[in-house]
Formats: sequence, structure tokens, C-alpha cells
Amino acid sequence: MTVAYDTPSQDPSDRAISGPAGTIRLGTAEPLVLDSGGSLSGFRLAYRTYGTLNTDRSNAVLVCHALTGDQYVAEQHPVTGKPGWWDLMVGPGRPVDTDRFFVICSNVIGGCMGSEGPKETDAATGTPWALNFPVITIADMVRAQKMLIDHLGIDQLFCVIGGSMGGMQVLQWAVSYPEKVYCCLPIATAARHSAQNIAFHEVGRQAIMADPEWRLGDYLNQGTRPTKGLSVARMAAHITYLSEPALHRKFGRNLQDRKSITFGFDADFQVESYLRYQGISFVERFDANSYLYITRAMDYFDLAADHGGVLANAFRVPGPDGRLIGTPVKFCVISFSSDWLFPTSESRALIHALNAVAANVSFVEVETDKGHDAFLLDVPEFYQVARGFIEGHAARRGLAAKVG
Amino acid sequence: MAVTSLLPPVGAIRSDLESIVDWVEPGARVLDVGCGDGELLHALIHRKQVDGRGIELSMDGVRASVARGLAVIQGDADTDLKDYPSGGFDYVVLSQTLQATRNPRTVLDHLVRIGRHAIVSVPNFGYWRVRTDLLLRGRMPVTDRLGHEWYETPNIHFCTIADMVALCQDMGIAIERSLILGADDRPVTAPADSFRANWLGVQSVFLLQRS
Repeated sequence: MTVAYDTPSQDPSDRAISGPAGTIRLGTAEPLVLDSGGSLSGFRLAYRTYGTLNTDRSNAVLVCHALTGDQYVAEQHPVTGKPGWWDLMVGPGRPVDTDRFFVICSNVIGGCMGSEGPKETDAATGTPWALNFPVITIADMVRAQKMLIDHLGIDQLFCVIGGSMGGMQVLQWAVSYPEKVYCCLPIATAARHSAQNIAFHEVGRQAIMADPEWRLGDYLNQGTRPTKGLSVARMAAHITYLSEPALHRKFGRNLQDRKSITFGFDADFQVESYLRYQGISFVERFDANSYLYITRAMDYFDLAADHGGVLANAFRVPGPDGRLIGTPVKFCVISFSSDWLFPTSESRALIHALNAVAANVSFVEVETDKGHDAFLLDVPEFYQVARGFIEGHAARRGLAAKVG
Repeated sequence: MAVTSLLPPVGAIRSDLESIVDWVEPGARVLDVGCGDGELLHALIHRKQVDGRGIELSMDGVRASVARGLAVIQGDADTDLKDYPSGGFDYVVLSQTLQATRNPRTVLDHLVRIGRHAIVSVPNFGYWRVRTDLLLRGRMPVTDRLGHEWYETPNIHFCTIADMVALCQDMGIAIERSLILGADDRPVTAPADSFRANWLGVQSVFLLQRS
């Protein structure tokens, strides 16, 4: 594959790839063919790497980000200044130990942190893609990541890990490229997006599209920004990431900087103020059209539908004699007891399918009241399970405890 | 690299587990239902090179097992065995758990469906100390193997060795092999369907097969 670089920070032919990367152009020789029927040629993919690739290139870990995440998994975010979004999971001495593994995290296509998406300029027109950007799927995101992995010269990823939409990508990796994944951790996720989740996404999209500043998606060309709509979308979504006990514990009915209710529509309650803040701070770093595209990709995700309606069939691969056998990928599925967006029942459906093909699978439901967001928060049992699984398989794979 | 060389050596394990390790054919596919912290699976993988899987109810048990590199699913023998395909395993092991299930007969049925063989170990409520305890003291027995007061015991379906033999007969399950362990885990040389086994056995281990 030939590649061109926008901002190469390092020669990719360097065998000891380490440190941050930049944005590369992929699909210049052969385009990325999309599920929608369209294709992307010479598309941008923004990614970061951490740690050092070992000499036999067997210690690579791909981290897949969630809906509003990005490639800054283990370092300060350039826009918000906040620590990496998963610095409890990824870093030196963390379960995904950057002293041991070569960690890759790329911004999904359709995203807005440098990868090809509605915010970026369409080379054909010289203006932002906006709604001319093709509708993409989780499988398309994974195809783009696969091109990056190929580009980095990695034949098999030791591990693919991610939560929520990141978990969907993890599952898609295991299904699309079972021989390229040694083990994986799909966390707080599902093999399909539920009707309830599609419904919540639709609320968010309608909020964006109802904002007059959205301009039928053409706001970048018209110099406006649908911040109100995007902010409301974020507020609604944020509620789904928490749980009633977590909200109550954090805010209760406490009032915001006042002694009593004001008989008006100011943010009387702390929870209102918190949500408004979540909405406002979100629009600083996220593109409204990206939100439309990525939520749509999640809505379309349904692994069983892609395999004749039988989820187990997604995890069958041709054996040595051509007959279908269970996937060789080792799974550690994790759910959280208070997650009502991706409830444990979704993980159990996945386990059921993996058992049906006798896959090597572990599963834990972690007890916590922190809701869907638990996978990003300090829940020690969760990280203990992840660490145990990763270390156990790293030993089996014969990976040294430290590269170098 | 052989998996076994990476695992720490296995120390002494519970005596009923020891016989289970003995009975399992090398390289078999094994499902351990109620695997706890993975002690038996670990021993089986280390000593018999089995392809082992586990089901465990407690998060702590699953966590400990996963941390040992074992493939263990958090689940419940009473509700989750139905999801396993028939004949998926060479052996399905249920160790000291049958008496704690809500529906032992259904569970047993699943064991011999999922596995070509089932290995089941149960405490014996017909052990003479248990019987005399009840007879002479008139109180529910509390022994080493049955170490809970009646109001807090997880063991909700007590049975004797004779009861197990009768249930297997009733369900058309063949007892291929049995081991009766008496006081101090000494084997009792007696057939499972004998009075002697049911009187002297503290616990029993059965190798079962659907006939």
C-alpha cells in the first residue's frame, strides 16, 4: 500500500515505532470500500501510538474509542487539556501496559479529530464534506483501522480492546479479521444496537437538526455552529451513561449556588448545572455532523443480521479442512451491573453465541452503580479483571514483561 | 511453547478434585461448572493439558480465575447451562455444587447432555455421623463437609449416595465409575449402591454418562 503523509512525526519504516504518530493518508492505491457502496480514496486517519513495537511485532494492542472519544487515549487532550480518556487502562504499569505493549489508537473515520469525516475538506470540492460525507458503519471504521495496522507492518494484533462503541469495533475486528486478533476485550457493549439506544440517538440527532444554525448540515460553509443542538444531544446522551443511584449520589436534589428554588427556569438544581456544563464543554471539541454520522454507524451495527440472523455464525471461521469451526480469538467480555444502555443481557447474548461455537471466552459482570460510564471510571474490580486477562494471555503469547 | 510450562506448579488440591484429575483423559475438553477460583481447571490444564472452561457464580471467583488466564464465565448452573450446545465437551464437572442448585435433576440432565461424560461430586447426607447426629441430637447436622447451620446453608437439596444412585437410575444415567471418600478422605472400598458406601462415605464422586 502506498501512503502519503500530512504530518508524519516519524518514519513508519522505523522498526521501533514509538511515541506519538500523526495523520496519515490511507487508501491511495486501493480505496476503502464502504458498506454503503461508496468508497474513500486517500482518506486521512489520525492516530497516536504509545510504547515500543517489539522485534517480531507481536505486542501491538489496538484501543478502540467510543462515540465521542478520540485517539488521545493516554495523553493530555490537545483541545480540552484533560488527561487521556482511558489513562486508568492505558499507560506505564496500567493493565494495557505501555512498557510492555505497543498501543495504537486511531480516531474513527467519520470522527472530528483529524480522521476523514464531515468536518474535513473534501479534496474533490475544496469545501468541507458536511453531509456529502458517505454514511459509514462500524465495519467501515474497522476496515480503515485494518489499513493502518497493515501500514504499520503488524500481522496480528495481540489484543483489541474498547468499551461501548469501542466494544462494537472490537467485536467487528474479531468477526472480520479473526486471524489478526489474538485476544480481545469487548466492554460494556453489544452485538447490535438496541431499539432503545437507536431511540436515544434519534433524540440527539433531532436536537442537532432542529438547531437553525445547523443549516442542513452546511454550517461550516455558512459560518454558523449548531452548538445549542449538539449541546442538548450531549445532555440527553450523558444521562444514559449514568445511573439513577449514581446521579442521586452525586447531586441528589441539591441546589446550585442558591438557598432555595427560584420559581424560574434557571439551573436551580446541581444536576441541571452539571448537564449544561457537559453540553457546553462538549461542543468545544466535537462536530455536530460527526455526531450524526457516528451515532448512525452505531445504530446500523448488528452482527447477527450480517450473518443470516444467527449471532453464533458471526464467530465461525473455516477450519483446516474447510469446515466451519469456532473462532480462535480469545474473548474477555465485561459488563457493568448498573449499565442500562448496554445491559448485561446484551453481553450474555454475546456469551451465548460464543459458547455455541465453543470459543475461548471469559465473562464478568462487574458490580457497580456507576452506569455505562463505569468503563472509564475508577472501578478497581474492572481493571483487575482486565489486567488478569491481558497478563494471562500475554504470558501465553510469550510476550516479555518489558520491551527492550 | 507449551502452555503447561508457563503455569506455576500445582500444589495439593482437594481430594475429590484429585480423583477428578485422575479420571479425565489428557487433552480433553472440560467444562467446570462452579469452578470457584479455578483450582481444578488450573490443575487439569497443568497436568492433563485439557482445553478447560469454567462457569462461576461469584465475581471474586471469576476474577481470580481470569487472572490465572482461565476462560471462565460468570454464570449460574441453574439458569445458564441450557445455553450450552449438546456434546460440546468431553467432560462436564460439577464439584460439591449439585446440592446447592435449585433444580438438581435439571442440572444433572444438562451435565450429561453437554458432556460425553459428567463428573459429579456430592457430600453424603447418609454418612453415619450425619445420621446419628440427627437421630440422637435431633438437630440438623453440621460437619466438615456440611459446615453451615440449617438457616444459612447454601445446600438446599441434600441427598445421600443411595439417593444419587437412585436418581441416576431413574434418569437413565449410567454410573461408569464411582469413588467413595470416608473420614479423612480415605477411600471406602464398596460399590456405590451398597449400604457400606452410604454409611461410611463422607462424600462421593461419580463418573456419569447418559445411557
